[in-house]
Amino acid sequence: MTTRTRPAPARRGTPRRRRVDGLHAYTLLLIGWLILPVAIMIAFGFNDVHGKQNYRWEGFTLRWYAHLLDKDDLVTAVVNSLTIALLSTLLSTVAGTLAGLALGRYRFRGGGATGLLLLMAISCPEVVMGASLLSMFVTFGLPRGYLTILLAHVMFSIAFVAVTVRARVVGLDPAVEEAARDLGAGPWTRFRLVTLPMIMPGVVAGALLAFVLSIDDFVITGFTSGATVTFPLWVYGSTRTGTPPQVNVLGTLIFAVGAVVTAVTARRGARAPDHSRAW
Amino acid sequence: MADSAGRTGERGSAGRVRGALAPYLMVLPAGLWLLVFFVVPMVAMVSLSLQTGDLVDGFRQTFHWRNYTDGLHTYGDQFVRSLWYGLLATVACAVLSYPAAYWIAFRGGRGKTAYLMLLLLPYFVSFVLRTVSWKLVLTDDGPVLGPLRGHGILPPGFHVLDTGFAVVSGLTYNFLPFMALPIYVALERIDPRVVEAARDLYAGRAGAFARVVLPLSLPGVFAGVILTFVPASADYVNAEVLGGPGDTMIGNVIQSEYFDNGAYPVASALSFALMAILLLGVFAYARALGTRNVLEAAGR
Amino acid sequence: MSGVDPAFSRGLTRPRMARSTLARRDALRLLGAAGAAAALSACGVKGQGRRAEAGRDDVREFWSGRSGTGELSWANWPGYMQDDHRTIKAFEKETGITVSYKEVIQETGPWFGKIQAPLAAGQSIGFDLMVMTNGIQLEKCRRLGYLAPLDRSRLPNVAAHAGAAFRNPSYDPGNAFTVPYESGITGIAYNTKYVKEEITSIAQLFDPKYKGRVGMMGDSQELGSFGMFLIGVDPERSTPADWDRAAARLREQRDRGIVRKYYTQDYVDAVSKGEVWLTMAWSGDVYSLAGPDVRFVVPREGGTLWTDNLCIPRTAENPVDALTLMNWLYVPANNAPLTEFVNYITPVPATRQIIVADAARATGEARADLTRLSTSPLVFPSEGDLARLRHYRRLTQAEEVRYQRTFEPIAKGS
Repeated sequence: MTTRTRPAPARRGTPRRRRVDGLHAYTLLLIGWLILPVAIMIAFGFNDVHGKQNYRWEGFTLRWYAHLLDKDDLVTAVVNSLTIALLSTLLSTVAGTLAGLALGRYRFRGGGATGLLLLMAISCPEVVMGASLLSMFVTFGLPRGYLTILLAHVMFSIAFVAVTVRARVVGLDPAVEEAARDLGAGPWTRFRLVTLPMIMPGVVAGALLAFVLSIDDFVITGFTSGATVTFPLWVYGSTRTGTPPQVNVLGTLIFAVGAVVTAVTARRGARAPDHSRAW
Repeated sequence: MADSAGRTGERGSAGRVRGALAPYLMVLPAGLWLLVFFVVPMVAMVSLSLQTGDLVDGFRQTFHWRNYTDGLHTYGDQFVRSLWYGLLATVACAVLSYPAAYWIAFRGGRGKTAYLMLLLLPYFVSFVLRTVSWKLVLTDDGPVLGPLRGHGILPPGFHVLDTGFAVVSGLTYNFLPFMALPIYVALERIDPRVVEAARDLYAGRAGAFARVVLPLSLPGVFAGVILTFVPASADYVNAEVLGGPGDTMIGNVIQSEYFDNGAYPVASALSFALMAILLLGVFAYARALGTRNVLEAAGR
Repeated sequence: MSGVDPAFSRGLTRPRMARSTLARRDALRLLGAAGAAAALSACGVKGQGRRAEAGRDDVREFWSGRSGTGELSWANWPGYMQDDHRTIKAFEKETGITVSYKEVIQETGPWFGKIQAPLAAGQSIGFDLMVMTNGIQLEKCRRLGYLAPLDRSRLPNVAAHAGAAFRNPSYDPGNAFTVPYESGITGIAYNTKYVKEEITSIAQLFDPKYKGRVGMMGDSQELGSFGMFLIGVDPERSTPADWDRAAARLREQRDRGIVRKYYTQDYVDAVSKGEVWLTMAWSGDVYSLAGPDVRFVVPREGGTLWTDNLCIPRTAENPVDALTLMNWLYVPANNAPLTEFVNYITPVPATRQIIVADAARATGEARADLTRLSTSPLVFPSEGDLARLRHYRRLTQAEEVRYQRTFEPIAKGS
């Protein structure tokens, strides 16, 4: 791998190659460092623990995979997390894609303000967002629960989707759509057959981002959750009495699914030509 | 800003009207959502931050500015510490991720995507779970300190967990991709031929790096700094799980003022102050670096 | 928090995102919109004060015309019910009431924050029964009138079987709103592998020779109580002047580097592994979670007896069924399996005979476990231990502010 570099830069003798090797080793070391805690998490999902505390290795077992669904509340929490993530991905992708499309394509009064609003929503610290939502719910006396979590998740996801889609739209050549119109395609047909396929990679990337942000969110959910519990909240709460190995198993499974989905998307992205540049 | 709405090239009056309305209709759902669940809550928070009272008697709007002065006075240390830890973590993220991003962008070859994936893989584990796992790594008899202690290298009382170092390392671990990705994106866009030309021009790798590659990649670093610094300095989970008595950050204070004490006005005041400081910092930073040139380079 | 997409970071660094000439005007426009919204929220947040003591009329008024629905929704802490919900299943089978059981309470403060808004608005919180620790939040619930006054005539088993220490507690005179679910002691846990002397006193938590090896609890009631025990003051009878003196000692302990961490929950791990050698601890945690080297003591100066209580939100939809469960749990035979799992102090002392009998019938490991349980001073504390135990200070709203301001900053490092 080390020697298979880009063809362009000329190589000059061996000393440089050694330096390249050093960087390569460093990269692998960094990756190893990042993966170490994950490896520990996965390993402790196979730990044959008998007490309530899962931090000392007591032997290998697949028990926790077999008894994955034993803890009703944990299952409820995971189901909440998944359904909230799906719904919020759906809503935020639709709203975010439309906004991203508008911002990337049109110049209009208020466009700049909307862009600024998106930037603020992205750069606002989570704890502040959560605190402000809580303040609003308290001020208006609104009870918190599943619905308020969903509303909050859609809110912080929209900006990320919109910005991702916009990046895609800006790179598009308007001539393609104009050609479609010249050929007699109506606005809806144009959108469905021309625009949407072209921005699809951006939409998919935005949707994935929205899903991951939602399923992983702890801080904002904590402020808006009421008596509803999601997976991250359950995990945090369980550290009190000892996190059961099922949490590690679920973490491992979510990790595996996420990794596979990204690998597939990445491969697709690598294979498919980049439309924005091809035209 | 262009006052005539719509794209150039729309023909016919019907098209122009539809074109003029289209962007507004398209922005409407997202804009409305953000207005109701982002802007209004902020206003509610600011309003609450100036009220007095308690949960039993209710809160009344009294424009009590002392919520701010008292809060900042009592928890000034935590404010400063948050910014300091955020800064340390940001610098650590930049220093740690730059060489790897560099190697992947220029030398990754066909394995580029795979390496990038590997770098991001840990972030598919839930944030909370990841922090708890990181704690297991740092424990006194964990995989890092355990062997060292076994060989008698460490002094008896030495520990990493429950110290500021542990908190900063946790922040660094958790927010590294926010730095690594923008740097990678910026580096990846540099045309190798430019680097080659620079190498001939400045006679050598170090010169080419310092005068061409580094400046061209700086926009990525700048974007990464914003993306890392803000969440890192506002975090409270790392300080809670990994920190000791002297490591409390402002996020912990806000969280416990809201939840444990129900002191909504003070908590709101602290939240708003935190946001104001961070956002002003971000905008000042972007301005100082010349937003346009800097960000445009990264955007290409 | 994870998963940053390259396309996103590219998008974020797009020039149009933050072009400064645009930004200034747009920011002004945004401020205009915010100003309009400000008018909305000039209003305050309504108070919810109501009377705290339950008169007989109040009880009659609440319960008249109510009857069982056959359903019950119960909010509890994690680890307070067998994994297979054996006790709930037995209850369901015997009474025909269907129970929806959720482990949604993780900390008392956040829990109160969550239920406060709906309760204030007179709306259901989705639960008919919840378990709350005596302390600031329970006191608030009582004072705000969030709890249903209990109809004692429907709780004959409580009257018959509750232990003396659990009747008429100072935090809820006459058990007007609550009955105990489980109790625990806050004392000291220490790891005998590292601590080579016997620990008997809170003063040893302040000994400089354990610098960096002491764990304290971050909760201000727990922390404050230990500070007051140290200076020889009964927390329940303490004055603000006592608080200041106690706080000064606790601050000194922190500033000399004796405290390694103020724990909210995970001290059992830490003391089992030897990260801290001695720490403030809860009895049941130590009994069921700690390693074999860890020992628990009620300090000479005193320890705290806290109680997690069953209570019914006033807005409960099925309060009669909740009352039925309270009463059912006080039958010793029903309570025993729960105690065998939870390992905290049961308010039903007669449970002990049943566990002893169960042990006699069991064999092998199960027998050893049950014997250990029935003889453990952590689960069935001795009279001597019980005599040294005190409750948290009850605080009025004004006192609470003062109390929190005294102790809260200690664990927060300022």
